[in-house]
Amino acid sequence: MADVKTRPRLAVFKLASCDGCQLTLLDCEDELLALAGEVDISHFLEASSAVAPGPYDLSLVEGSITTAADAERIQAIRAASRHLVTIGACATAGGIQALRNFADVDEFRRTVYAHPEYISTLATSTPVSAHVDVDFELRGCPIDRRQLIEVITAFLAGRKPDVPDHSVCFECKRRGTVCVTVAHGTPCLGPVTHAGCGALCPAYHRGCFGCFGPSGSVNLPALIPLLRRDGLDEDAVGRFLHTFNTAAFDEELGK
Amino acid sequence: MNSAPAVLDRDGLSALVKVLVADGRTVVGPTVRDGAIVLAELTSGDALPYGWGVELEAGRYRLVAREDGAAFAHSAGPQSWKNFLHPSRERLWSADRTAEGEVSFTAHEPVAPSYAFLGVRPCDLRAIAVQDRVLTGGRYADDGYGRRRRGALLIAADCTEPGATCFCVSMGGGPSADPGYDLALTEVVDEEGHRFLVRAGSEEGARLLEQVPHRDADTVMESTARSSVDAARDRMGRSMPPVGLRELMGASLDAERWNDVAERCLTCGNCTMVCPTCFCTTTEEVTDLTGDHTERWQRWDSCFDLDFSYLHGGSVRRSPRSRYRQWLTHKLSTWHDQFDTSGCVGCGRCIAWCPAGIDITEEVAALDAERGTEAH
Repeated sequence: MADVKTRPRLAVFKLASCDGCQLTLLDCEDELLALAGEVDISHFLEASSAVAPGPYDLSLVEGSITTAADAERIQAIRAASRHLVTIGACATAGGIQALRNFADVDEFRRTVYAHPEYISTLATSTPVSAHVDVDFELRGCPIDRRQLIEVITAFLAGRKPDVPDHSVCFECKRRGTVCVTVAHGTPCLGPVTHAGCGALCPAYHRGCFGCFGPSGSVNLPALIPLLRRDGLDEDAVGRFLHTFNTAAFDEELGK
Repeated sequence: MNSAPAVLDRDGLSALVKVLVADGRTVVGPTVRDGAIVLAELTSGDALPYGWGVELEAGRYRLVAREDGAAFAHSAGPQSWKNFLHPSRERLWSADRTAEGEVSFTAHEPVAPSYAFLGVRPCDLRAIAVQDRVLTGGRYADDGYGRRRRGALLIAADCTEPGATCFCVSMGGGPSADPGYDLALTEVVDEEGHRFLVRAGSEEGARLLEQVPHRDADTVMESTARSSVDAARDRMGRSMPPVGLRELMGASLDAERWNDVAERCLTCGNCTMVCPTCFCTTTEEVTDLTGDHTERWQRWDSCFDLDFSYLHGGSVRRSPRSRYRQWLTHKLSTWHDQFDTSGCVGCGRCIAWCPAGIDITEEVAALDAERGTEAH
């Protein structure tokens, strides 16, 4: 175990999100003791109410910016963090709450809340990278446990994380999953979606629904006719692409 | 090997699997799983896909029932034998920091499984020969591949039912197994029954054949088997245009057609991973949290991955056009320069398993047509 005084200091912060990504850190049961031995967990409210002030060597940030308060808070987090890594679809792409970016947020506020006057919110949900510099973005809704440990390990070692940018198809083929689109005609976003989950859904005979967002090399105009061929109408294609990474896929549509 | 051909019935084939398992071999062959005929470990001959065939089209694969009960009347499955000989992920070595602060290395050279591959199609037999050249010859031999390959017994199955995406004949191959096998089967199903003509291609194959109930083949059986394989030669669903592919690729580097195919290409990498000859790998270093233990793993890579051409400052082949062109020109042209053979055996997997249905034979035809237009 490293000396407590020299151990890197780890912090975990949450913005607009469901907590699932930071929970992934607690889910790393086999690695938690080793992690606690290597870093000083200085700020992680989901695990402990004992918090220590910055600066932090590595901050993991979950959630998107949806309020003016969070837009200020992320500046403070950045200023207190040597490395800032965003985790999950909310922090890296605005999350499912970015559906508001394509609608009238005041209408939502009036429809949903009995007292809309109490709600203070921005018109958009934006990724952390739209506000401050980010050292690495880890994708997923939620993030993958193995990838989270890989990113933390890489930052501890001062190396690049091994988190490939390619499609989910790579992971299906590597694990020997039969292609659900080719063999079953199942609509699948795998060819345009960032790898990282280990191709979970196709292994259970479901199409990928894109929770890791766009891969590094996306051709939506080529994929959409295939989704239509496999039974999705125009509206269904739109809904398929507008879920957890709605803003990121929408940006691809606009290209 | 000149031993006379023999005939096995279904029980005889099952007995062969039993003998192989009893010999301590890991028997791998076709079996039905997840709506496809996959390659997987077989513990009994009953697991073979008796009564199943496939319907293939570009970007489409469907399992269909066959009335004749044949086991080997299918093609272009989702995997190839490279999944076993050249697996998608393999640990190469590990290193540990000792208490004294030194680093010790451990090479990982596990004893390879003693494989018996049952039902290797003639195209796949040729693909194994191509990977042998690439991965066991030259300066960069892959030791793990060599170990697995040396221990593998090959039982070929002649092709009697080519698919709509098959084009081995136009790549200089054909539906009959070339030498290199230990045993070769030809499946025959007719009014006389369901049986397999067997030829031994090695001492080991002949020894195995002696251990299972069989009878000598008569001339009628031999000619029936031969004519069904001969008929398959004329039933290929596709053909590669009969042009000099090396020259065509060399003359097509600036072709407009690359833009056309790039519009349809998802750059998802499926074609390279189902291809039985594509061999490219990358290595990843995995450290643990303490930093005292590290491992190097080799994993399949693909020329469709942006990181594949990553040099300082970024990827060299950013555009889908450049990546598809790299794949096709390597496969059909520069492969000859490197390995003195084509990289394509005409198995048709890249056509069937491309979600967008991009057809290598159609792209070559279009490139050839474009060259012709420019010449006039």
